[in-house]
Amino acid sequence: MPMTRQRREEKIRLTFFIFALASMLALGLIVAFLFREGLPIFKEVSVADFLFGTEWYPTYDPPEYGIWPLLVGSLAVTFFASLIAIPLGILSAVYVSEIASDAIAEILKPVIELLAGLPSVVLGFFGMVVVAPWLQETFDLPTGLNIISASLMLAVMAIPTISSISEDALYAVPREFKEASYALGATKFETIVNVTIPAALSGISTAVILGMARAIGETMVVLMVAGGAAAVPESIFDSVRPMPASIAAEMGEAPFGSGHYHALFAIGIVLFFMTMIFNLIADYLSHKFREVGSATL
Amino acid sequence: MVKGAKLLMLNLVCILLWSGNLTSAGQTIVIKGSTTVLPVTQAAAEAYMKLHPGMNISLSGGGSGEGIKALIDRSTDIATSSRDIKEEEVKLARSRGVNPVAHRVAIDAIVPVVHPTNPVKNLTAEQLSLVYQGKITNWREVGGKDLKIMVISRDSSSGTYETWGEKVLHGARVTPRAQLQASSGAIVQAVSKNRYAMGYIGIGYLNKRVKALTVNGIQASAETALSGAYPIVRPLFMFTNGRPSGEAGSFIKFLLGEEGQKIVQREGFVPIKKR
Repeated sequence: MPMTRQRREEKIRLTFFIFALASMLALGLIVAFLFREGLPIFKEVSVADFLFGTEWYPTYDPPEYGIWPLLVGSLAVTFFASLIAIPLGILSAVYVSEIASDAIAEILKPVIELLAGLPSVVLGFFGMVVVAPWLQETFDLPTGLNIISASLMLAVMAIPTISSISEDALYAVPREFKEASYALGATKFETIVNVTIPAALSGISTAVILGMARAIGETMVVLMVAGGAAAVPESIFDSVRPMPASIAAEMGEAPFGSGHYHALFAIGIVLFFMTMIFNLIADYLSHKFREVGSATL
Repeated sequence: MVKGAKLLMLNLVCILLWSGNLTSAGQTIVIKGSTTVLPVTQAAAEAYMKLHPGMNISLSGGGSGEGIKALIDRSTDIATSSRDIKEEEVKLARSRGVNPVAHRVAIDAIVPVVHPTNPVKNLTAEQLSLVYQGKITNWREVGGKDLKIMVISRDSSSGTYETWGEKVLHGARVTPRAQLQASSGAIVQAVSKNRYAMGYIGIGYLNKRVKALTVNGIQASAETALSGAYPIVRPLFMFTNGRPSGEAGSFIKFLLGEEGQKIVQREGFVPIKKR
């Protein structure tokens, strides 16, 4: 009965197509809504003043909608979180996939993945009552709710993303590569550094970018731990107010349809573009470093 | 993908549970709004539920602005607020057929607080204003130690923030270097652990972990708040849509009655004076 089988194939194909279409539709609707609610702010303030204005006073009269301090805050915490999370994430992936014995890997892998399952509010609370006071007392700072403590907590959130995606990439490196390396007399360490990691680079760089995208969009942690000061920071011990924290803190009271309301959605647009850029970079890197397969090497 | 799907399922479950809460109204009063009024409302709700078994009161904070917004969206029966309703909010409410009615339920004094080891005891209203505008930045300038002042403020959805802006800053801008906290409790938490810090809270939140400053030499208390000697005083409100009827009405009546006002006092706020 070849016909019915073909028809079944066709049905399955259609089902998958519809599911794929549904998620695209959802994204499309969200983006359309974001733009519809966010763009009207640019009637009140120019794009340049919005992005580079240093005064964020949306509830005053007259209001000021400059998000530069929020933008810098977001970039600062993401940058420092990456400084911590990238080496830790990649090295733990290398350890689990290449060095650790099976028994240890069996324990480590789920433990790292469990980190990803921690609700961000729990991390935020931990940061607020443990990490921030500790930092403050140890270094005698005016406040513990600052870039550093927020970056630390964000790093904890980004590590599992970076680690598990890097790990998959490392596992996917063909066995022949390593065997060839050993055959040439390379040690295990030389093989990891010169063969395995370069071969997995496309996956690893995707992992890094996705981890950073996660950190820049994270809301609860920065709301609780970053301190919420809407000023351009002068040191890593200053409080900042990353963009998602502003949206979360202020959306509740912004009157529907007001300038403040539109401004918060416009911040959402900026965030959307930033994560999109991160994803495009990840996509580009994964193509650029794509392994062409063992046969062609 | 699997992770994404799981998350989605979790979200769906949460939404179902949440909407379930809303729709199972019947004998439920929903109260939303000010975190300042929250402790009083909580205590009153517990007492009220004891008197009326089977009654269910759902309470949440979020800020005065959120409460009033919820009233306008008809997603709450009572909005608590630590400030009066703004003109735009009344306009918006009217345009949606909601008629906000105010009930004063207590009087609150807003008290500047510092770390217990801070030697500063008093600030003038002028000094307070300058500190919050970021023009006084060191405790030395107001008679304290040579330490930077870490200014802590409430976020802009807070009624306490609005009252502070009105009565202390007279409309001037709070310095952008000020830290923002989402509740009075969070300010107590932050100030109690930080000898650089300065914050402000409703009098009901005062405890031994922070030190209250006198303002213009006057200590905040029920007496000084009622007599008007203490400068930073405001009424606390509950808003309903139209004259309160049914369960919401009898809850407000309870809070304004003798027993309710005792609860107000016990929670550290100042009872409304009987006319």
